[in-house]
Amino acid sequence: MAEPHITPPRLTLRGITKIYPGCVANDSIDLNIEPAEIHALLGENGAGKSTLMKVIYGLVRPDQGEVLWDGLPIDIKDPAHARKLGIGMVFQHFSLFETLTVTENIALALGDEAGDLESLAERIRDVSQKYGMALNPDREVHTLSVGERQRVEIVRCLVQPIKLLILDEPTSVLTPQEVETLFVTLRQLAREGCSILFISHKLNEVRALCHKATILRAGKVSGECLPEQESSESIARMMVGDETAISTDYPKVDGKAPFLQVRGLTRTSEDPFGVDLQGISFDVRCGEILGIAGVAGNGQEELLGALSGEDQVENHDAIHFPEGPVGNFSPRERRAAGMAFVPEERLGRGAVPDMSLKDNALLTGFLSGLVSRGLIAHGKTRHFAEQIIERYRVKTPSSETHAASLSGGNLQKFIIGREIMQNPRLLIAAHPTWGVDIGAATAIHKALIELRDKGAAILVVSEDIDELFQISDRIGALCHGRLSPIKPTPETSINEVGRWMAGEFQSPAA
Amino acid sequence: MIKLEPRGQHSKLMAWLSPVLAGVLTLISGAILFSLLGQDPLEALHTILILPVSDVYGVAELCVKAAPIMLCAIGLSVVFKAKVWNIGAEGQLLMGGLIGSACALALIDAEGVWVLPVVLLAGMAGGAAWAGLAAWLKTAFNANEILTTIMLNYIALNLLIWSVHGPLKDPDGFNFPESAMFSDSALLPTLIDGTRIHWGMVFALFAVVVIWVLMSRTFLGFQVKVLGLDASAARLAGFREKRLVWIALLISGGLAGLAGIGETAGPLGQLVPQISPGYGYAAIIVAFLGRLHPLGILLATLLMALIYMGGEMAQITLGLPVALTGLFQGMLLFYLLACDVLINFRIRIPALAKPEAAVATIKEEAAR
Repeated sequence: MAEPHITPPRLTLRGITKIYPGCVANDSIDLNIEPAEIHALLGENGAGKSTLMKVIYGLVRPDQGEVLWDGLPIDIKDPAHARKLGIGMVFQHFSLFETLTVTENIALALGDEAGDLESLAERIRDVSQKYGMALNPDREVHTLSVGERQRVEIVRCLVQPIKLLILDEPTSVLTPQEVETLFVTLRQLAREGCSILFISHKLNEVRALCHKATILRAGKVSGECLPEQESSESIARMMVGDETAISTDYPKVDGKAPFLQVRGLTRTSEDPFGVDLQGISFDVRCGEILGIAGVAGNGQEELLGALSGEDQVENHDAIHFPEGPVGNFSPRERRAAGMAFVPEERLGRGAVPDMSLKDNALLTGFLSGLVSRGLIAHGKTRHFAEQIIERYRVKTPSSETHAASLSGGNLQKFIIGREIMQNPRLLIAAHPTWGVDIGAATAIHKALIELRDKGAAILVVSEDIDELFQISDRIGALCHGRLSPIKPTPETSINEVGRWMAGEFQSPAA
Repeated sequence: MIKLEPRGQHSKLMAWLSPVLAGVLTLISGAILFSLLGQDPLEALHTILILPVSDVYGVAELCVKAAPIMLCAIGLSVVFKAKVWNIGAEGQLLMGGLIGSACALALIDAEGVWVLPVVLLAGMAGGAAWAGLAAWLKTAFNANEILTTIMLNYIALNLLIWSVHGPLKDPDGFNFPESAMFSDSALLPTLIDGTRIHWGMVFALFAVVVIWVLMSRTFLGFQVKVLGLDASAARLAGFREKRLVWIALLISGGLAGLAGIGETAGPLGQLVPQISPGYGYAAIIVAFLGRLHPLGILLATLLMALIYMGGEMAQITLGLPVALTGLFQGMLLFYLLACDVLINFRIRIPALAKPEAAVATIKEEAAR
């Protein structure tokens, strides 16, 4: 009897198990990727996506299970071996040298396989043309935007023969328009027979792009589906399980009198590769959430540093509270004037990793009666920490637990709770739900809305445009250190904000 | 093969067990060393560890040695908590001795109860000023304090030597490089007749208590700890980093200075070139051996003082070189650093562990 001709799957994983001390990162995971298939790997942070892709790329050895490549068992020894097989990977965090050119960076990544620089530059030009990814091989990386840097990483994979391309959260650094362009490229690649493993937690993107999806939850496969036939809601359920509340819509409101006024804030970045702020002006009104969108590295760090008071600005009048200019206020003085701040890095700025939650409550809570005559009121501090834990449902054994041992979402709930419990009149939050699971993100959004409804002015800076549309009452975007016009959220669209993120706007203050 | 595996969370038990383990390993290595030198190891250990403290006089001498080490180490625990690496306790001690002695010599004809406090304060000011130099260099020029404090140690030593050969030399001292003996009002009284134990030990114990309260109860101590653990969190919370660096270094330098003047106004009674056999350096080991915790430092100081005495005893009764003291100190620090790995890592022998078993354990833990 003649076997029907069946091409084996490009990649098959069977029973992959990887254990780290104290946690099973992958628990007997099965996965099939066909040739020319765009396959989504979905899951929340900590679901085991990263570990699984590291297994495929030879960075991590599974404790159990087998890997089949084109139908044959294989033991992928290291990334070089993976590349030889035709597996390419684009990491979420790029590893590029700022002061080297595109070609030099790619040559470094390829090692011996690079060949001489001139023919490599030619190959880069060919590939970038073929797939519609404009890229000049001679430019130095520090002159490139984040989207262009990602192209460097993708082109790096494509200058070699490729059969499977792994992309880890590739859209988190792109404007909506850039996402579309990327998808065009990926679809073209798939048509040519390349398999793509697309790791994401953005459901609408997965539904728009991917043929199949595998969903992970807590290290296990919790579902498989054809994304086109599912709703975002049903996929989200597979990701989070039945118990977790998935976020809802919030009513939009108009703010009252402005609390924070920024006028012509101009600042030269201290980082040689940073972004200079140019004439930033905006108001944050009491009782509203102002959202500032933008791809990372467009001046957010510089703006937030100036607002928190960690970096002094030359022009003290540029930042105003109702009481007057505060540009020369230290972070402590700004806190005393009613400001609270949630930084982007929750471990290592928002909280001290090796201190207990109780001590971390004192870290910024010291102005609200936890210290009297230089002595710490330990009882009050513990009570304050326990209140935060209770009210914001922080999952922790006790207030003596070290901050470092909490999950990202739980720690973020604690930090936001700590800031909100001090009844700030102004809350500035940077990327408040970055890397946080859906349940925690919903809780954080609710807490912010609640604070808004109590009359506080809230500024949220985020890369997640969907989040900003969900919670902010007015919205604007940062690009190259300039701020777009700011519009009430109902009067604008994701497309318009996307164009702002790409710099297509007239500076309002100019 | 043996593998080191991250624990995931650091072990409190090992944090305290590690110094004990280091002590035991030092003893074992010491015993091996003695037998290689042709000594009976048990007897040799007895000579250096038990014999020195077998009578009241010995215990008193232990306290005489312990006082300056404890003062330096408890001060260092504050700066080290702030992750400011002051290696200059030795220089600060010498400057405390020098400035305090200069003050005592200037007041050589004065009488009254106020003389001693003035002399002691001058000593503390000398040590604090020397540490303040490093603080200034660090906060104003971002100069690395490890380098500046080490260099300041040598400057302090040479200033001291120059002083006793020059301006502070006893005019009636037959040209010996020594100062005149201090007047009685500038001397620290002894605590027990017939021994040399003096008020320095009381100061040291008092300092231990004060620093304990400072670090565990006050907001200043909290800020110092946050600065050390996570400088960017301290900045965001609005703690004044430079001010904290200054305060920590001044405290540490002041206490080292008190140790210095405690020596010259205590057992020595005059300024000599050899105030300290490296107490300031030994204090670094003590501070880490004691986990930067006041209680730990108290115990570690006694051990370190014992090693100093044991070294002398071994020289006298066993004819062994005095380098033994340094060797034991070195071994202790070496083993401590090695054992500290176990705080964050555990030893695993992969051949014995099975992944299925590990999965089962973790699941069991999760289910609980």
